[in-house]
Amino acid sequence: MIWLDALEVDQRGVKGNQIWPLQLLIRRKCIPQISLSLHKQRRDLTVMAPPPPHSHRSPSPSQPSGKSEVSDLKSQLRQLAGSRAPGADDSKRDLFKKVISNMTIGIDVSSLFGEMVMCSATSDIVLKKMCYLYVGNYAKVNPDLALLTINFLQRDCKDEDPMIRGLALRSLCSLRVANLVEYLVGPLGSGLKDNNSYVRMVAVIGVLKLYHISASTCIDADFPATLKHLLLNDPDTQVVANCLSALQEIWTLESSTSEEAARERETLLSKPIVYYLLNRIKEFSEWAQCLVLELVSKYIPADNSEIFDIMNLLEDRLQHANGAVVLATIKVFLQLTLSMADVHQQVYERIKAPLLTQVSSGSPEQSYAVLSHLHLLVMRAPYIFSSDYKHFYCQYNEPSYVKKLKLEMLTAVANESNTYEIVTELCEYAANVDIPIARESIRAVGKIALQQYDVNAIVDRLLQFLEMEKDYVTSEALVLVKDLLRKYPQWSQDCIAVVGNISSKNVQEPKAKAALIWMLGEYSQDMHDAPYVLESLVENWDEEHSAEVRLHLLTAVMKCFFKRPPETQKALGAALAAGLADFHQDVHDRALFYYRLLQYNVSVAESVVNPPKQAVSVFADTQSSEIKDRIFDEFNSLSVVYQKPSYMFTDKEHRGTFEFADELGNLSVSAESGDSVVPAQRVEANDKDLLLGTSEKEEGRDPGSNGSIYNAPSYNGSAAPSTTSQPLADLAFPSTGISVQAPSSSLAIDDLLGLDFPSAAAAMPSPPPLNLNPKAVLDPGTFQQKWRQLPISLSEEYSLSPQGIATLTTPHTLLRHMQSHSIHCIASGGQSPNFKFFFFAQKAEAPSMYLVECIINTSSAKSQIKIKADDQSSSQAFSTLFQSALSKFGLP
Amino acid sequence: MILQFFVLSQRGDNIVYRDYRGEAQKGSAETFFRKVKFWKEDAEGDAPPVFNIDGVNYFHVKVAGLLFVATTRVNVSPSLVLELLQRIARVIKDYLGVLNEDSFRKNFVLVYELLDEVIDFGYVQTTSTEVLKSYVFNEPIVIDAARMPPLGAASIFMQGTKRMPGTAITKSVVANEPGGRKRDEIFVDVIEKISVTFNSSGFILTSEIDGTIQMKSYLSGNPEIRLALNEDLSIGTSDYRGSGAVILDDCNFHESVHLDSFDVDRTLSLVPPDGEFPVMNYRMTQPFKPPFRINALIEDTGSLKAEVTIKVRAEFNSSVNANTVLVQMPLPAFTARVNFELEPGAVGHTTDFKEANKILEWGLKKVVGGSEHTLRAKLTFSQELHGNIMKEAGPVSMTFTIPMYNASRLQVKYLQIAKKSKAHNPYRWVRYVTQANSYVARL
Repeated sequence: MIWLDALEVDQRGVKGNQIWPLQLLIRRKCIPQISLSLHKQRRDLTVMAPPPPHSHRSPSPSQPSGKSEVSDLKSQLRQLAGSRAPGADDSKRDLFKKVISNMTIGIDVSSLFGEMVMCSATSDIVLKKMCYLYVGNYAKVNPDLALLTINFLQRDCKDEDPMIRGLALRSLCSLRVANLVEYLVGPLGSGLKDNNSYVRMVAVIGVLKLYHISASTCIDADFPATLKHLLLNDPDTQVVANCLSALQEIWTLESSTSEEAARERETLLSKPIVYYLLNRIKEFSEWAQCLVLELVSKYIPADNSEIFDIMNLLEDRLQHANGAVVLATIKVFLQLTLSMADVHQQVYERIKAPLLTQVSSGSPEQSYAVLSHLHLLVMRAPYIFSSDYKHFYCQYNEPSYVKKLKLEMLTAVANESNTYEIVTELCEYAANVDIPIARESIRAVGKIALQQYDVNAIVDRLLQFLEMEKDYVTSEALVLVKDLLRKYPQWSQDCIAVVGNISSKNVQEPKAKAALIWMLGEYSQDMHDAPYVLESLVENWDEEHSAEVRLHLLTAVMKCFFKRPPETQKALGAALAAGLADFHQDVHDRALFYYRLLQYNVSVAESVVNPPKQAVSVFADTQSSEIKDRIFDEFNSLSVVYQKPSYMFTDKEHRGTFEFADELGNLSVSAESGDSVVPAQRVEANDKDLLLGTSEKEEGRDPGSNGSIYNAPSYNGSAAPSTTSQPLADLAFPSTGISVQAPSSSLAIDDLLGLDFPSAAAAMPSPPPLNLNPKAVLDPGTFQQKWRQLPISLSEEYSLSPQGIATLTTPHTLLRHMQSHSIHCIASGGQSPNFKFFFFAQKAEAPSMYLVECIINTSSAKSQIKIKADDQSSSQAFSTLFQSALSKFGLP
Repeated sequence: MILQFFVLSQRGDNIVYRDYRGEAQKGSAETFFRKVKFWKEDAEGDAPPVFNIDGVNYFHVKVAGLLFVATTRVNVSPSLVLELLQRIARVIKDYLGVLNEDSFRKNFVLVYELLDEVIDFGYVQTTSTEVLKSYVFNEPIVIDAARMPPLGAASIFMQGTKRMPGTAITKSVVANEPGGRKRDEIFVDVIEKISVTFNSSGFILTSEIDGTIQMKSYLSGNPEIRLALNEDLSIGTSDYRGSGAVILDDCNFHESVHLDSFDVDRTLSLVPPDGEFPVMNYRMTQPFKPPFRINALIEDTGSLKAEVTIKVRAEFNSSVNANTVLVQMPLPAFTARVNFELEPGAVGHTTDFKEANKILEWGLKKVVGGSEHTLRAKLTFSQELHGNIMKEAGPVSMTFTIPMYNASRLQVKYLQIAKKSKAHNPYRWVRYVTQANSYVARL
């Protein structure tokens, strides 16, 4: 009904504009669409975010303003305002609904404020609620009008009906108008003492609202202490739960400035409070139970018997139908037993069934959330789940985000006893209609092959994939066969026989093509027509769009040349010529490098390009164990779903109460150290983005996305063009040679060639007294963590030489320069005139790190430096070093 | 804590929108909708229920073709928020009787009223329909379920989700019936979703039953009820109760359920709260007799030609019928044309070849227990096939609903309502329904 009313509004609104009879006709014919488009256009002005009165759009014929409707409503409301006639409330209800419906579709009805307030003098609660809704929407943008409502809200706060008291108090606190704060304290104070639990419930959250409008008013009124009292004494559990939420939020925010608040927050984790809440846990609502359980998971029990008491008390929570309660309970169990290996393992066994039940009941969304947690546990302890592999089989109608998790779990739990079944199942998915999943399945087979001892059967399956003649299957299988050969060179005969039959023309995907070319180069002895295949690929050099493929082609032709020189010579010449003319910097560099290397000494060249290789025993894990532990600590949070620790996706201020224990730790440390140091600074949002950018790229689970890696600020290779002018003897180490070639596709190539990046930077001896480690390594995650934890030990401003400024056209020029001074860049960004860099360096003989934030303004030729150091005593020495390095920038 | 809650239609329109903390950025609903919409177009499949854009975490669930969305900036428990969204949808359905765009729009003042009581300043207060009844005063404008248009586009929206079969009850828990007094009644539905995978020789590879005992109570005066299940019911293998017993792997229960005598005589006692809720969820991997056997075959019948034969046999009692049966099979990518050949006298069968994704569809309106149906389809290819044709097609999947049948043999033996007086005899409905979740036969 209401919606239809809204349509009438439109029509009448248009009728007012008699100039447009034509449009009126059109409008009538297609009213639903019109109202819809109106709705769309004004979506940003929806109910809860009403437009400021001055900014509303000028009424145009196509956007009926509803003005006449509004004035209609105004006069009708006015008529009813004082009416005590029977049925007046019903007419008011209808009018109020119209007002609110107008508000919903974005029409500004704030001009009715006075009339609405007048009409609110009623005992009809439905009317009151609608009026509160209206007032709540317009008060913030109309503070003057809001003042009008204070009187009647305050009066309602003393109403004899507790519902009205509660509602009025909630509305009063929701006005969010700073200059009305003084009117809140009184009603809140009496609300917290109200004998009705609904009013107290509302009042507790009201205190939190007040805190956000004016923290000092809230603290001065001593409300936190009152909440703490209620937390431990209120008979109503929802009041208790609200006290807990409010106190956590208030004390977390306060603790950044107040020691006392930090201590108060810590007391929430004290035994009396935790036990008090635990003993009443079954009285709480399921949502409040989650809140309490989250708190308990941070509690550190004094001894084992305490641990078992808590676990026994919570045991039946695992049978709860609400997945959130189950996961919160599991978190408590996991955290409590961390130090008891055998019990911890029993916990895994215990939680298996409830988790699986949660995965299969409920909506797909809920089951995904639980499955992500199961995934985390499976990855941590695959052996515990190895007999449950059938639960991880994909169902044909599951969304792909679920299938992906399941494939990873299947890969993880594969062991000697279940591999056959799992691989058979995975092979079924390879023919799946869902191509991304089919690809993942093939990769999963490959991963299982790489982690198993007995790969006989799997190799056969993989080779069968190659014969399936589906493009994507062939592509994925080629990449796998290549990896497999790197680990199990003994399979080369079987694989090569099959790979040799694949026409390179049928392989289009760069990764697959690169893999095929790698095999052609590596096994050119055994593959009869390798030189000719390579030759024809070189002939089509210009049609090859992927730089990755061209790089591989160069290397493969080189390798082939060393093995079968006469047959390959021509192809090599053509490849080098094409490479030297290539527009792609890396391809060009590599070609030039090979060319000079060959010029210098062919046997050295062979030892560089084609050294004897060892089989790769373990492929590098994509995620560091530190990150995995961090995610595990954040069990039952988004970190698990995103597979990233929270610092990678939340701002510090929003990490909220869940970060609790960590921050407590930090705080007590700084208290002990006499508090003379500057408190750990937050990384600014801006820096954060910079760093996040890097870390995400680094964490990216697909190492093949070389395109993006090229721009990654963590420019690791020291492949400045100048390297070629260095004595070639330096390059005789195979590892240096090859890694130098390929900064762009570092990960992909690195992976292919089984080399350990990052490699040698051209180290120049630094002046004493401080020596830096030229090969220092620091991952962005750790950098970020350190940056957050360490205090600033030095903050300085240097001037830059004009030559330096001239050279600083892109951030890369500086970071190459600094790298030559053993100062490495982890992130950089900005455009002229403002550049920003994060550097790190490591003491040569100690693990001690230096972190630097460097902001350069080229127009003022100034740089601002902030240095943080593990070892603060040497930071001055480092600063000198840094300055000297910087001052040499741009000088020949 | 939750920043915003909103409900979007399939077109992306805001149906309701609530900003709980006044911190939300403008346009986040559009940001969200665009992301979800383009996820699929970017060939990434469906958007996951949780994702992060610029530090804002978006949670969404799809219910009845609508998107229920919550946002937050803090690192909350994803289960909590997703569960909450489902619960909000359920509460609204309890109130409105029917959950769809129309009923939302007609009742949005009521919906706002509910939302204000469910969440305050981002913190969950209550999701119990029972409790909310004393805070919420607007009366629902109930839309007539019978005149509801078929879900149409909405049903496409829901495909691929494991949605619970809608219980036929579309009555609001608060609205009075036109006749005046409310009818005193209680519904207990045993809903089972079954998943079976057959290998090419018809052998069962995996099977699982995910069941729920769902309750919806319209009883006045909150009487206690007792629900008795099979006495030989076992849970886990540790308390095995003799051969032929129903063995559940695991189960969980609603808060209100008392399990005091469950271990002894398998009865649950509870005071059912208002509204719809699951009394018990269970999971069973014990082998069971699958309701349908599927035989599917694809053979080359000459160059550019092949023939598909699908045979479906209903292996349940002839007093039971399966409804809305749909058999689907992906065909080789080069399939250009399909000629269907139904068995003579087939009634209520539909056949279709979905050109876009090369899927054969065979719909059977009703399948009587014990019957067998066959479909033949002649395929014409636009190109010669190279590989093994068996690898190019299949697997065959099937969806169906079988009322008054449950594969697990779990039963509600009796449903006892504590009586207030002799004359008081509420209606009790116990219904069973089995649905296919993932029912697949490989070639």
